[in-house]
Amino acid sequence: MALTDETLQALEDKAREIRITVLRMLNAAKSGHTSGPLGMADIFTALYFHSAKHDPKNPDWAERDRIVLSNGHITPIRYATMAHAGYFPVEECLTLRKLGSRLQGHPEREKLPGLESTSGPLGSGLSQASGMAYALRMDKNNARVFCLTSDGEQQEGNTWEGAMFAGKYRLYNLIQIMDRNNIQIEGNTEDIMPLEPLADKYRAFNWHVIEIDGHNMRDIIDAIDEAKAVREKPTLILARTIPGKGVKDIEYDYKWHGKPPSDEELPRFIEQVEATKTV
Amino acid sequence: MINPLAKLVPGLLEGKPEKKPTRDGFGNGTVEAGKENPNVVVLSADLGDSTRAAWFQKEFPDRYVEVGVAEQNLATVGSGMANEGKIPFIASYAAFSPGRNWEQIRTTIALNNMPVKVCGMHAGIQTGPDGATHQMLEDIALMRAMPNMIVMVPGDAEEGKKCAVAAARNNRPTYIRYGRASEPVFTTPETPFEVGKALNLWESANPKVAIFTTGSIAYQALVAAKTLAEQGVDVIVTHFHTVKPIDREAIITAAKNIGKIITLEEHQTTGGFGSAVAEVVTEEYPVQVIRMGVQDEFGQSGEADELMEHYKLTAPHIVAKVKSVTGV
Repeated sequence: MALTDETLQALEDKAREIRITVLRMLNAAKSGHTSGPLGMADIFTALYFHSAKHDPKNPDWAERDRIVLSNGHITPIRYATMAHAGYFPVEECLTLRKLGSRLQGHPEREKLPGLESTSGPLGSGLSQASGMAYALRMDKNNARVFCLTSDGEQQEGNTWEGAMFAGKYRLYNLIQIMDRNNIQIEGNTEDIMPLEPLADKYRAFNWHVIEIDGHNMRDIIDAIDEAKAVREKPTLILARTIPGKGVKDIEYDYKWHGKPPSDEELPRFIEQVEATKTV
Repeated sequence: MINPLAKLVPGLLEGKPEKKPTRDGFGNGTVEAGKENPNVVVLSADLGDSTRAAWFQKEFPDRYVEVGVAEQNLATVGSGMANEGKIPFIASYAAFSPGRNWEQIRTTIALNNMPVKVCGMHAGIQTGPDGATHQMLEDIALMRAMPNMIVMVPGDAEEGKKCAVAAARNNRPTYIRYGRASEPVFTTPETPFEVGKALNLWESANPKVAIFTTGSIAYQALVAAKTLAEQGVDVIVTHFHTVKPIDREAIITAAKNIGKIITLEEHQTTGGFGSAVAEVVTEEYPVQVIRMGVQDEFGQSGEADELMEHYKLTAPHIVAKVKSVTGV
């Protein structure tokens, strides 16, 4: 699909709508994570509305691209994007974290069609995604595996076991997109346990690395296209993002990692997201 | 007498039995399962020869995946492959898998409900000279507490093979516990095997004690039963190759009809097979349950048979326990 200005504008508008759904669902849930989901809204929108091969009416389609969310706590953005993409009604988003809901606080594969895995405990998704990529290649299935990870979970040993495995087996059908927002639950990543130089680390593990602005829709889509063209190794798209992106009051503030907007904050936050529309 | 319906090795208690490690059953069982179903794959964490995963590799090199010394990766790559329709057997030492990667198994295999077969080798004190670090004694407790998980502990190499073949067919998360040491083979291909169903190995007319076993210690129980019979003490020996789901009916029947139960396992008595039996008994028909196993302590270096003697898990200790319980 040609990437026209109209297409980009439509995707940016969609990301804005999805951010507002995220705010509403977190407010209704009265708990959950706000910064990460808002920061990944552009990337999720690009995947579900442009770059990934998938069918909301047939979530088990054998040739679908697998979208694996490793850092399960940002699942509100996945739920909201899936709802807007047609997997289930958008109103169902308001059941997030409630008893009996398909939208568990951390995603459970068996509860909701279209989730590839159950996640929450950090650092396991990259290995699971690698296992999927390995098996798909065994079966000569051309589907790709997109694995969405956080920067904080790069502190987990399991992540590097997965990175080593994907590098060894040259899993070119695996594309990791890392939410490099520099925060984790108790502060800034470089204070708690420094991660840099992340790009060099992955290159040393035999990955192709692309660094982008995770809020520039054209960059995101171009990077995914580049990753799809790489045939020798797995690709890491290191996406520099702003935690809480779109809600001015909370951008960059790690304290919003794990709390939802209150009733009082919600209308103001929604207004701020709406105000990001450039004409 | 030996239950004829169990179709055990003929003349089992007369001569010296053939000995093989139960892990040989893993090697043979995965090869058989691999022939039966092309989706069966084996993942190994750098211990292929020792775990017998190499036997599968030899037959199916394209379906063998080396993950390196990385047990967390072993479980999670396995989970991912199961996502794509594979039936992964993941092999390492039980101390590391499920010892080290328990959370990955819990989240990405059990809760995720993926048909990954976690195969823990070198479980029990008979791992021997390697010492306590490698003698996994808590794995049954760890794995049976997990929803969705099937837990099997084969009694010998033959049964170990049947467990692997059954696991490949069950479409469920499954744990199979295997041992390192060469131990008597007492079952045959004809021995009945149904997951979740206990098997009476030894029966008698008027039993005073029911001896329940899991794993290779069943053979010790048979030797003890023979000695006891010669001394006029009747018992039954019931072997549970499946710890979860446990055969409740077999337990309740013995509680009602016999009234005293001794459980045997090469595992901590806390949370293991004996605990599983006691849970059923206390709820359904409370009678005395005496749990023989490792009593809340770690193992140590030594030869397998020396350790079994040291931890009082050999036939003479079982005989003595039965006598003390029955007051003979």
